[in-house]
Amino acid sequence: MSIIATDEDRGRLAAGISAARLSGWLGTLRGLAWKSASLVAVFALWEALPRLGLVDRVWFPPFTQVLGVIVQMLRSGELQNHIAGSLIRSVIGFGLAVSLAVPLGLVIGWYARVRDFLTSALEFFRNTSALALLPVFILFLGIGEASKIGIVTFACFFPILLNTISGVKSVDPLLIKSARSLALPAPSIFTKIILPSAVPSVFTGFRLAAQSSILVLIAAEMVGATRGLGYLINYAQFNFLIPKMYAGILTIALIGLAVNQLLVTAERRLSRWRVPTSNA
Amino acid sequence: MSTIFASPTPGSVPPKIALRIDRHAFPLRDVPGGEFVAMSGVAIDVPAGEFLTIVGPSGCGKTTLLEILAGLATPTAGSLRIDGQEVSGPSLSRGIVFQQYALLPWRTALANVEFSLEAAGGLSRRERRDKAQAALELVGLKGFEERFPHELSGGMKQRVAIARSLVYEPDILLMDEPFGALDAQTRELLQQELLSLWQRTRTTVVFITHSIDEAVYLGQRVAVMTSRPGRIKAMVDVDLPRADLDADIRSHPDFARYRHEIWDLMRGEIARARAPVAPTFWSDPTPPRERSQTATAN
Repeated sequence: MSIIATDEDRGRLAAGISAARLSGWLGTLRGLAWKSASLVAVFALWEALPRLGLVDRVWFPPFTQVLGVIVQMLRSGELQNHIAGSLIRSVIGFGLAVSLAVPLGLVIGWYARVRDFLTSALEFFRNTSALALLPVFILFLGIGEASKIGIVTFACFFPILLNTISGVKSVDPLLIKSARSLALPAPSIFTKIILPSAVPSVFTGFRLAAQSSILVLIAAEMVGATRGLGYLINYAQFNFLIPKMYAGILTIALIGLAVNQLLVTAERRLSRWRVPTSNA
Repeated sequence: MSTIFASPTPGSVPPKIALRIDRHAFPLRDVPGGEFVAMSGVAIDVPAGEFLTIVGPSGCGKTTLLEILAGLATPTAGSLRIDGQEVSGPSLSRGIVFQQYALLPWRTALANVEFSLEAAGGLSRRERRDKAQAALELVGLKGFEERFPHELSGGMKQRVAIARSLVYEPDILLMDEPFGALDAQTRELLQQELLSLWQRTRTTVVFITHSIDEAVYLGQRVAVMTSRPGRIKAMVDVDLPRADLDADIRSHPDFARYRHEIWDLMRGEIARARAPVAPTFWSDPTPPRERSQTATAN
């Protein structure tokens, strides 16, 4: 193995890739292995407990059996159908929330008087559980897609809004002063100073919103839907299709993990101040 | 001193900067209708190409004075003339360098310098890039173009800030304690480099500091400010041999003499500024902005 590896190394060195870079990759791989070890342990335990008879495998089927069900559902296209149903709702709801909350947050953050006026109302709504409002949404928007998208929008709206506001508020006044000393007009101060300063905070809002959008959507789908992962879990449980229920749960967890990882990566990149400079 | 308010004789060249602050006051938030007089009777003329330093105890209104010069603030009563023309508001004829650098953290050193050229306008991307690169080279930062501010030391950040202010070639460079946050060695190095830059470009410089040493080292003239309200107590002409920057100007016998002269002028002022005026917080004559600045500076 090691001899082959060194041969490969030589080949790569010849190809112009330095050994330092290769050892960097190896280091990254080792780091990844260490970081995912706890997750592997969880899956191993999930597999072992029912197989050893420590828990009833009817209520808690082993991990591989659940994976088997997932593969089976993927083959039949059933799982994709539910995933698509849930993702479409959350993406539309999330998108609506972004398009409403970001501009509003920029305005509220910038005008102190508007902020002072709106803060109490915003705090009130923020502390109102989105799920508690589900019956209200159903009452007004019906049992169909509109109420589900509506509640996702509501749940996403506040994390994005509040983080946008705090992003704008936390702009270093010295940067604005320095831009003013360059006689920069107000619209340029906004695009060149305020927006880029607020970006990391806005992204934190996106991440929090994405988390709560999944949470709220699953609950909404359990109440009334014919499609979606929340519906799948609830329906499977009613019909004693226990492995299928776990398949749904596992899928949600994996989607949540993937979405979060995506946003964390994006956030980290932006917070490192690698925001592409706007060359207007 | 009576000549200060005299109008320029016809035909003579007006000074680069003619600042008159008859009165500058801030309203007191705590006392309705009350106000705090930050400055009164300030008259400064700066001829083109001069290096003027302004030294004074903290809280005497130095920063406010510079903001008025930059056009970021307008005196309650008074005027600012540049080249004989009355001005209000900021313009690119004056560049300002702040103590806390004021660099955009999401932009590289080069892009930070380009920023002021974007504000100035009228240049292509390529031209901006070339000019910014040249400006960074001028302040000794060749090779650091792609570094972000957090990857630079304090001295390097201030060099970027100076490059950013020099790149659009302002007639006047305003500097608000630019080296105050730097360690002693870096400060002396940057002082020397600033003098050398000034000797090459002959830009008019107004440099604010609380360090007498720095004021004497850099300034052709030193304005000594008093506090409560801020006034110019004295103008001291400093005649030191600055042609050879590698020579140790600070050990020149005259340096000590000037230093002592200004120290003497300021001594009473510092004691006065330190003395508590009244125990009530609303009578603290330091305007809120200055108060927070001195708090962070210490």
